[in-house]
Amino acid sequence: MQKMLTIISNVLRGSASRNGTRVVVSARTYADFTPQATFDIKKCDLHRLEEGPPQQAVLTREEGLQYYRTMQTMRRMELKADQLYKQKIIRGFCHLYDGQEACAVGIEAGINLTDHLITAYRAHGYTLTRGGTVREILAELTGRRGGIAKGKGGSMHMYTKNFYGGNGIVGAQVPLGAGVALACKYQEKNELCVCLYGDGAANQGQIFETYNMASLWKLPCIFICENNKYGMGTSVERAAASTDYYKRGDFIPGLRVDGMDVLCVREATKFAAEHCRSGKGPILMELQTYRYHGHSMSDPGISYRTREEIQEVRSKSDPISMLKDRMLNNNMASVEELKEIDVEVRKEIEDAAQFATTDPEPPLDDLCNHLFYNDPPIEVRGTNPWTKLKSVS
Amino acid sequence: MASLRCFLRSGRNAVSVILRREFHKTSPAALQVTVRDALNQAMDEELERDERVFLLGEEVAQYDGAYKVSRGLWKKYGDKRIIDTPITEMGFAGIAVGAAMAGLRPICEFMTFNFSMQAIDQVINSAAKTYYMSAGLQPVPIVFRGPNGASAGVAAQHSQCFAAWYGHCPGLKVISPWSAEDAKGLLKSAIRDDNPVVVLENELMYGVPFEMSEEAQSKDFTIPIGKAKVERQGSHITLVSHSRMVGHCLDAAAVLAKEGIECEVINLRTIRPMDIDTIEASVMKTNHLITVEGGWPQFGVGAEICARIMEGQAFNYLDAPAIRVTGVDIPMPYAKILEDHSTPQIKDIIFSVKKTLNV
Repeated sequence: MQKMLTIISNVLRGSASRNGTRVVVSARTYADFTPQATFDIKKCDLHRLEEGPPQQAVLTREEGLQYYRTMQTMRRMELKADQLYKQKIIRGFCHLYDGQEACAVGIEAGINLTDHLITAYRAHGYTLTRGGTVREILAELTGRRGGIAKGKGGSMHMYTKNFYGGNGIVGAQVPLGAGVALACKYQEKNELCVCLYGDGAANQGQIFETYNMASLWKLPCIFICENNKYGMGTSVERAAASTDYYKRGDFIPGLRVDGMDVLCVREATKFAAEHCRSGKGPILMELQTYRYHGHSMSDPGISYRTREEIQEVRSKSDPISMLKDRMLNNNMASVEELKEIDVEVRKEIEDAAQFATTDPEPPLDDLCNHLFYNDPPIEVRGTNPWTKLKSVS
Repeated sequence: MASLRCFLRSGRNAVSVILRREFHKTSPAALQVTVRDALNQAMDEELERDERVFLLGEEVAQYDGAYKVSRGLWKKYGDKRIIDTPITEMGFAGIAVGAAMAGLRPICEFMTFNFSMQAIDQVINSAAKTYYMSAGLQPVPIVFRGPNGASAGVAAQHSQCFAAWYGHCPGLKVISPWSAEDAKGLLKSAIRDDNPVVVLENELMYGVPFEMSEEAQSKDFTIPIGKAKVERQGSHITLVSHSRMVGHCLDAAAVLAKEGIECEVINLRTIRPMDIDTIEASVMKTNHLITVEGGWPQFGVGAEICARIMEGQAFNYLDAPAIRVTGVDIPMPYAKILEDHSTPQIKDIIFSVKKTLNV
């Protein structure tokens, strides 16, 4: 039936351009697609919680298309970064997020842009969901003036409104996030802070210090451990005496969530947000997820895990495929429609990469700027006593 | 004593001024205030002025402060603004920085700066560098304060001076008050500053009273960060110091004056950004320079001053090498006689002045 409609609509369009824009889609009536469907999602393991998130999630067509687009954008952006890194146009550290898209997208779907979020160095995906554009992200990676931090931060130091980076020191972002949550509570704006860390960071002492204070002071903080099974090259069994990361908060209620399923992540996040906003204090979520790339671009990622393992996750649990299958099997979108989105995404990434490789580097005048906020201009010593550089706020 | 504190906390009460006349010799409007009370006043006034300001640290609330610097503040402002933390420096320093990023203006107290070493990553990597890394998107308006340097009989792990450590880092401002006016004016500036400021106080100075001018008693009295003060004019030699050692320099100067040697004593007030202009102007006048600090010699505050003097115009005016008087290059011992000989004494300053002047 769908095929017939496509043929008819194409005929009717006649000489309509075939540039893959939405025009073709709008020729189809919405009656063709299921506006929403309910999906069973995996039950979460619970710690100190009587009830968990619902085991069913309602997905509307619009939501599905949006999640698909965002995850695909994220995926393609990271792969483009991989490419640019291998061409030596990106240098230094580059920690890629492909495979974990459902986490970033699912979390954002469960909170508001007025809420706050902080994560560690695998941050490109969150920079995107928190309002950054692919253009500014790639240009930051290539160290250009059009980068989100004007080229001064790089991969690990990207910021947007209510997004506090991008943090290079493992675990340091967790107390920072609790501090943001303290500010939320202090300012009484009913906002919360999502505070992310990895399975490697989960053993950091300062995280336990933070659990203690967040719990004592009932801070509106959702601690989220993105467990991608490896802290750099060390598997979780070799790093943690207890790999039940959702229980490591001890007195903090926790849940373990399928991090490859964007709906599961969304429902869990909504549940956690409700917990925080009702004044019950912090809550902990462990997202079980996987990264396709190695720890960073200097890690091929196969010395401590097998290619078969990576391939298995790709074929059985890929978050984008999972969403795509759900939508197609329930007539919530068409193959062509999704392909169009892919094409649009590819174009967006290509344009962004083009910008990121042609935008000029930051001007040398900018070298000493941004030392202090709201201060008059000062002089900064250069590499020798005769070189005095100017610094403005 | 309690009534004195009460008056000070409630502001410039004219009645108290009249009652206190017998303490001081100069202007009748001046008042004797200890460094502790000056710091307390500064925090009280800033907490009242801006509701985003809050204080957190160990024992700051119900204990009234480990050294009583925050006495009375919890009673006045309550749990929301004055927060007792568990003994978890890295955690609460990070929480303070995060709160600053999200719009509040925290004062993070370290019981002593020795414990700040546990949290130093948060001070440097999370606070100092963030405005730069974000190219101006994310300011961090935070104050880290607490006692720094040697105390009395607290031994090696509790006696270190961190002026050189924090003074090393771009993105931080580092201040080191000596007198009560310094303490009040500089701490107020630090709290009003939109950037990370490290305030290095001194435990031995907390109880020392100083005359506080009428101007300094005002709720809007601030001292600019980055300006040194010439505490004593002189023509024969320049002594540059910070914190408690400023007092030692003034004492040494008084003794030397009897022998006809006039020392110019400069109170740095700010470690970073350092006011090298004031030092240079003084050296160009006196032709001799000695730096005096409580901290260790290697890579210290004095080393930096000497290097800058070498690199600047004042070098041509030196009639003798610039030298440093510093703490002895050892961990701080416990026994009193050993401890006394571990930091500069007045006689060490006098000796160094005479050596430099070749008298």
